[in-house]
Amino acid sequence: MPSLALPVEHQFDDAGQQREAATLGMWVFLSTEILFFGGMFLAYTAYRYTYPQAFAEASRQTLIAFGAVNTAVLLISSTVMAFAVRAASKNRRALLGLLLLGTAGLGALFLIIKGFEYAHEIKEHLLPGSRFYTNASDPKHVELFFSIYWVMTGVHALHVTIGVVLIVFFAFRAWFTNAFLNRDTPVELLGLYWHFVDIVWVFLFPLIYMIDRHS
Amino acid sequence: MSTFLHRLFPKEASNLAPPVDHVFVALLALCSAVAFLVLVVALVFCIRYRRGSKANRTPPKGSPLRLEITWTIIPFFIFLGLFFWAADVFFAMSRPPADATEIYVVGKQWMWKIQHPDGRREINELHIPVGRPVKLVMTSQDVIHDFFVPDFRNKQDVVPGRYTTEWFKPTRPGRYHLFCSQYCGTDHSLMVGWVYVMEPAEHAKWLAGQPAPDSLVTMGERAFHTRGCSGCHAPNAAIRAPLLDGIFGKPVPLSDGTLVTADDQYLRDSILLPNKQIAAGYDPVMPTYQGQIGDEELNAIIAYLKSLAAKETP
Amino acid sequence: MTTATLQPGPSPTTRSEPTYLNVRTTISSWLLTTDHKRIAILYMVSITLFFFIGGAAAALMRLELLTPQGELVTSETYNKLFTIHGVVMVWFFLIPSIPTVLGNFLLPMMIGGRDVAFPKINLASWYLFMAGGLFTVFSIVTGGVDTGWTFYTPYSSTYANGHVIAMATGIFIAGFGSIATGLNFIVTTHTMRAPGMTWSRLPLFVWSLYATSVILVLATPVLAILLALLALERGFGVGIFNPAIGGDPLLFQHLFWFYSHPAVYIMILPGMGVVSELIPCFARRKIFGYHFVAYASIAIAVLGFLVWGHHMFVSSQSIYAGMIFSVLSFMVAIPSAIKVFNWTATLYKGSILFATPMLYALGFVGLFTIGGLTGLFLAALAVDVHVHDTYFVIAHFHYIMVGGMVMAYLGGLHFWWPKISGRMYPERLARLAALTIFAGFNLTFFPQFILGYLGMPRRYHVYAPEFQVLNVLSSAGASILAIGYLLPLAYLLWSWRYGKIAPSNPWRATGLEWTTPSPPPKDNFEITPVVTTEPYQYDPEAAELEAHA
Repeated sequence: MPSLALPVEHQFDDAGQQREAATLGMWVFLSTEILFFGGMFLAYTAYRYTYPQAFAEASRQTLIAFGAVNTAVLLISSTVMAFAVRAASKNRRALLGLLLLGTAGLGALFLIIKGFEYAHEIKEHLLPGSRFYTNASDPKHVELFFSIYWVMTGVHALHVTIGVVLIVFFAFRAWFTNAFLNRDTPVELLGLYWHFVDIVWVFLFPLIYMIDRHS
Repeated sequence: MSTFLHRLFPKEASNLAPPVDHVFVALLALCSAVAFLVLVVALVFCIRYRRGSKANRTPPKGSPLRLEITWTIIPFFIFLGLFFWAADVFFAMSRPPADATEIYVVGKQWMWKIQHPDGRREINELHIPVGRPVKLVMTSQDVIHDFFVPDFRNKQDVVPGRYTTEWFKPTRPGRYHLFCSQYCGTDHSLMVGWVYVMEPAEHAKWLAGQPAPDSLVTMGERAFHTRGCSGCHAPNAAIRAPLLDGIFGKPVPLSDGTLVTADDQYLRDSILLPNKQIAAGYDPVMPTYQGQIGDEELNAIIAYLKSLAAKETP
Repeated sequence: MTTATLQPGPSPTTRSEPTYLNVRTTISSWLLTTDHKRIAILYMVSITLFFFIGGAAAALMRLELLTPQGELVTSETYNKLFTIHGVVMVWFFLIPSIPTVLGNFLLPMMIGGRDVAFPKINLASWYLFMAGGLFTVFSIVTGGVDTGWTFYTPYSSTYANGHVIAMATGIFIAGFGSIATGLNFIVTTHTMRAPGMTWSRLPLFVWSLYATSVILVLATPVLAILLALLALERGFGVGIFNPAIGGDPLLFQHLFWFYSHPAVYIMILPGMGVVSELIPCFARRKIFGYHFVAYASIAIAVLGFLVWGHHMFVSSQSIYAGMIFSVLSFMVAIPSAIKVFNWTATLYKGSILFATPMLYALGFVGLFTIGGLTGLFLAALAVDVHVHDTYFVIAHFHYIMVGGMVMAYLGGLHFWWPKISGRMYPERLARLAALTIFAGFNLTFFPQFILGYLGMPRRYHVYAPEFQVLNVLSSAGASILAIGYLLPLAYLLWSWRYGKIAPSNPWRATGLEWTTPSPPPKDNFEITPVVTTEPYQYDPEAAELEAHA
């Protein structure tokens, strides 16, 4: 992201050009991110296709209640973020700070819930490695499911964490500086990032928690 | 002249070598012609239009579009033709004939272990009679290897955890290099051996000179009992398990409603990873044999199961 | 005082305005610079260093292969040497070479901008690149890695010796530098063009950088996640690729080549762009078929994503998948062929001057043609089965990477050297070096085609005695090649201080970068240029008149 302080940096002719560059930059960044998660989704798809029974069995050992609540938390946070972007474009900076802090709070709540879920799974020996244990009929590929589960949710949680830190930082800037005075592009781009993180989870939730739940 | 050519061109020692070489030579001719043409044209331009030469430099008239389309379309059709030809040969290379002798190959760092159907074993050497197609059924104990006989023009990766196959019909007696061509660690370049292609009479003599062990099927049958397979996979066993007589090559319905063909890979997985695919109507009670049973013994058991199928369909 | 060597001696011209080189001269003004031209210099110094590390490894390998028995080094050392050579040359020389040096220096100038869109991210790219390089050098000096640059599992994740994770981390970090560069170039090309600089007025070098950047942005993240998964499997025994613990080694190959095949085009497209600048300038002719050459770059970038499976014809992937990848691999050769034909046609009715950059460009066309045509052998299924993983493949991709990319990089470096340094290099010595490299290269790599069809597998430390003659020829060529590469290093360094002072446009080339002084001022242009014509407005007849006058 370009600097948040100066109105127009020296390489740009005007604010319009700078805004265009920053926006395009964020979209290109998100396309990189999609491919980054894409590698993991491919691994997931290939193995779920090869070991459908083990993946179904493993999926039933996940805590769907935690996952469902977290989905709701992230969706609400995205909504709050959308209002924050709107507040930025209307130049209501006090409200902007408040809404950003709300978004960050919900993001943090997501991480806390995820943390409890992780703690439970570690206790149940569902962390792959030497201590992994399951009484499922095909333990090796149940472990494979959990390897992919930990990597995907771990990388996602990292993205949430980065997002929360940035949003808190932005909230304080909104309150205590003039950074967003007549200038909503940074908030808008932060919003794009946050919605992306949200969308990744919307894909992760059914893939991880909802395979063959009914049977 | 011919000896010089032989230094630049590998021997043709299998049925696959001539068709592969035909594609290669055709490509070589085409590519040499194109490279030569580009070179000559560029050279002529470079000499004729060098700075200071007295050439006519009035810019050419007309649109270059026709030229552009020509040199786009012509390669397209040539490439398409080459693709089909090479793919056709590739199909023949990938599909062993039904009457091929099946030989099991196990790769490990850094040696080749070979099991003949009559139970004979060899290390880094393969003796086969000329004129009889051979199908190699290969797996690896550790990392990926690759069974490559340059004079036969065939190669195939040897992958742990699965069977791959490769076939050829040797056409010339002689001694041929066997190379591992997939990098496999420190002594990769020493994972080499020889394939001996012998006249049938000579091959018979070689066979006679070796102590005759039990055939692969017999060894497999013995393992089938000593490993306890027959305790469950029998008509009157206490635990209900599928009967395996004649299962090889048949479709097997699975508990998730799909059908698989009982091939080498399926039988291997069923022994090592019994819960990967569960036969419909049976409980997943079979224990895994992973880590307890070696690749060579596994190959013997599969050969035995295959022989049961062969017996059933005369 | 490292800055002293980077600073030209007497002021190049009598202008009072400082150049980008002497506007400030402290070390921190270099290490914290956001000027795209200075960042290009930082990259140039670093990749030159890496080039000679990778080259030293190659020299030792060729020395070792003089005899079939493998006497000079142990097989373990040999395996580490080719791993170092591959990793360093691919990720720390070839991929960054033209984009980060010539691309960084020229892209903003060519489109009439003051800098790239995100100068700070540009500097961060270099730091990421260097951090990645440090990890990799660390893994080399503390014992090396013996996986080969392809890191195939389960060998790399379970059986390999050495610091695989450290090396993978180095590549992982450098990868983010690549992504940032690609992102910067895409946004710069879209948003920073001067008035009148429409897409069909862009220099072809910019088109090729754009296509390269798309690949950098979309392929590199897949490599990043792949290396992360590899490190997890190796470090924590998490089974993802090793079949003994539940994984599948083929998945690794698919993901690896999904990145690494497009990466091959990262390593050639910028070279094509450079050659598309050099040939028109020294033939004094407008490029033939501008739009075809430009769109061919995009076609290569797009098709390049769909052909990764041709590295896996014998891996036990399905034969039907093999067929699709084969036909697409043939198709990706078409845009490359179009480019070669257009470059050749550009010479027609030109006024050709054989200056050093032109020698490199013509060398590129010849060697790339051979490299590209031998690619057809690898796309043809039946032939690939035989030559896969043999020296035929080695020869093929060195014709593309070294015969193509390195020739183009050197050609571009000579062409823009007056702009970069403000100095001229010694022309006769430079021509001699170009010819030496061309001869040495062919002697090194042509015998390897024959070795490959004879069946010599790659990565062999000990080999069958009948392969020796061709190997000796190859090693002899390598020694000539080594001398060829040392020459430019010597005379370019010399010219930086003692070369003749360069005018702003020594080649009378078109292009905005030549309208600004050599070396350019910090912000490139005093006033933003306005573009009114298409590129490559060269006139061969005028060139002739001048030559006679």
